[in-house]
Amino acid sequence: MKDVLVDLNNISKSFDGHLVLDELNLYVRENEFLTLLGPSGCGKTTTLRILGGFEKPDKGQVIFSGKDITNLPPNKRQLNTVFQKYALFPHMNVAENIAFGLKIKNKPKSYIDDKIKYALKLVNLDGYEKRMPDSLSGGQQQRIAIARAIVNEPKLLLLDEPLGALDLKLRQDMQYELIRLKNELGITFIYVTHDQEEALTMSDTIVVMNQGYIQQIGSPERIYNEPENAFVADFIGDSNIISSTMIEDRLVEILGARFACVDEGFGTNQPVDVVIRPEDVELVSPAEGTIQGRVTHLIFKGVHYEMEVMANGFEWLVHSTRMVTPGTEVGIKVDPFNIQIMKKPESEDEEAVGVNE
Amino acid sequence: MSKKLLSVPYLFWSALFIIVPLLMVFYYGLTDKSGAFTLANIAAIASPEHSKALWAAVRLSLISTVICLLLAYPLAMILCNMKVNHSSFTVVIFILPMWMNFLLRTLAWQSLLEKTGVINSILGALHLPPLQIINTSNAVILGMVYNFLPFMVLPIYNVLVKIDANITNAARDLGANEVQTFFKVILPLSVPGMISGITMVFVPALTTFVISNILGGGKILLIGNVIEQEFTQAYNWNLGSGLSIVLMLFIIFNMVITAVTDKDGEVSIL
Ligand SMILES: Nc1ncnc2c1ncn2[C@@H]1O[C@H](COP(=O)(O)OP(=O)(O)O)[C@@H](O)[C@H]1O
Ligand SMILES: [Mg+2]
Repeated sequence: MKDVLVDLNNISKSFDGHLVLDELNLYVRENEFLTLLGPSGCGKTTTLRILGGFEKPDKGQVIFSGKDITNLPPNKRQLNTVFQKYALFPHMNVAENIAFGLKIKNKPKSYIDDKIKYALKLVNLDGYEKRMPDSLSGGQQQRIAIARAIVNEPKLLLLDEPLGALDLKLRQDMQYELIRLKNELGITFIYVTHDQEEALTMSDTIVVMNQGYIQQIGSPERIYNEPENAFVADFIGDSNIISSTMIEDRLVEILGARFACVDEGFGTNQPVDVVIRPEDVELVSPAEGTIQGRVTHLIFKGVHYEMEVMANGFEWLVHSTRMVTPGTEVGIKVDPFNIQIMKKPESEDEEAVGVNE
Repeated sequence: MSKKLLSVPYLFWSALFIIVPLLMVFYYGLTDKSGAFTLANIAAIASPEHSKALWAAVRLSLISTVICLLLAYPLAMILCNMKVNHSSFTVVIFILPMWMNFLLRTLAWQSLLEKTGVINSILGALHLPPLQIINTSNAVILGMVYNFLPFMVLPIYNVLVKIDANITNAARDLGANEVQTFFKVILPLSVPGMISGITMVFVPALTTFVISNILGGGKILLIGNVIEQEFTQAYNWNLGSGLSIVLMLFIIFNMVITAVTDKDGEVSIL
């Protein structure tokens, strides 16, 4: 493909005999905002460190703009990293921090001064040139770290949980700022997070990882609405994951009741996993429902109510703006296109293996 | 309340063994034999013999400090880059000689370096010319470096291990090669460690009389030797105290200068 900027080719990496990345394949297009999403310890940082040049893969190649850079040291790569804990130089003020990369490249002083001004404006910290890093808040330090990276005009910016240490409000503000920055600068972003909401908000493409394997690659909508396996469904938002049987095309038996669905090609009488998002479960009168049950819990969540309904031996999670008091007998109905069918993994191994090549 | 009580023994101890002796030094230093106030003991530093001893001490301890710094920095870096279990082993190996008595270690060097000592016997057996270093300034410098090197390594090691790997990674990421990363990031960040190391080597080296006695064979007269002799041989406590005050003021003056030059003001002593 013409506009592929980075291509990770069969990357494997282990530490002390423990396999952290297993034959990872991933490409990133120019100008894409790609997010690596997965639980802590799944190999996200390791992937980023391999891209940045701080770690050598045991196997495989890193291709950047069509060139193999697997063995290139970090200082020779046309990319910059925003580290998890900012990693500003504590002995330099803000201006000196931002100027670091440009001075190394022997840029003229006037050019550097302009760049510092421009970058500080971009991250909304005009006038902070003379401040020392330890006099700044976490959010400000993070913006300086971003400014320090982008003045070098990298083709690719790597961000490792850059908002992880910030509180919720600040994190949301910074999410919007990062999206704005990306659009203004036209740089490719590879972003690492374990926060699924953050990933859904910011990304063009999400790569869901678990235990060193890629579970699914796709747009936020696709990942959310059509998770390819139980791990992805479970990791991205709340969901009801129910072991079921595919009776035939467009008909699935869930907990003994038959539901119409839209999926085809799973064969007849095949075991499958069904994912139903809590907001897609409709509570109706018992007579109207496909399954009958009783409401057991009710919590007010702000935007909606969260309820649990015990029906046919399964605790259904339900989100609705309409409240149903616990103890009420209800019927459960699900629209056919809201039932997501997934092939059952045949073994533990397969559950972890990349589904998406 | 109970905390105050706990500190009483310590306060008592410091009063008895720090404040009182210090006051006594000042008393003797500022009086003559009859007990009358005088500045003569202080002014005595200006005499050729005394100032020569002071400058000899400054010169040798400066040279030793510089050698210690040049040896200690790479050593501290090597220690830092070792795997955790290795490094603690190496630190122990390194500190081991420090558990031996200072005097003993210096005497050991004397017998190694002597004209008919261990080293020269071996050299002689190999038909090589003998090493003529004992009773020279070089032997004193060797003794100082040997004895005080750990005091330079440890504070530098302490600041180096605390430098976050991501900070050096950030420098590499921004285009700096290894040499540039060292000079622009690692070295400036280790200045506080170097300053405490310099203080911890320079001060004891400046005031030592044991090393110069044993390895200098009485030929190398440092200010420490002069003061010691005033107390133990000439029994002139007034002059000894007066010279001690000068030496103390000299050290304090130097420490203030370094504290001011170090713009972070972080003079952390270990
Ligand atoms: N330098 C290292 N030495 C040993 N193990 C490591 C090293 N770096 C990472 N690991 C291990 O690799 C796994 C993945 O780590 P990491 O890539 O940091 O995960 P994530 O960023 O997704 O939380 C973890 O089990 C971690 O303990
Ligand atoms: Mg991580």
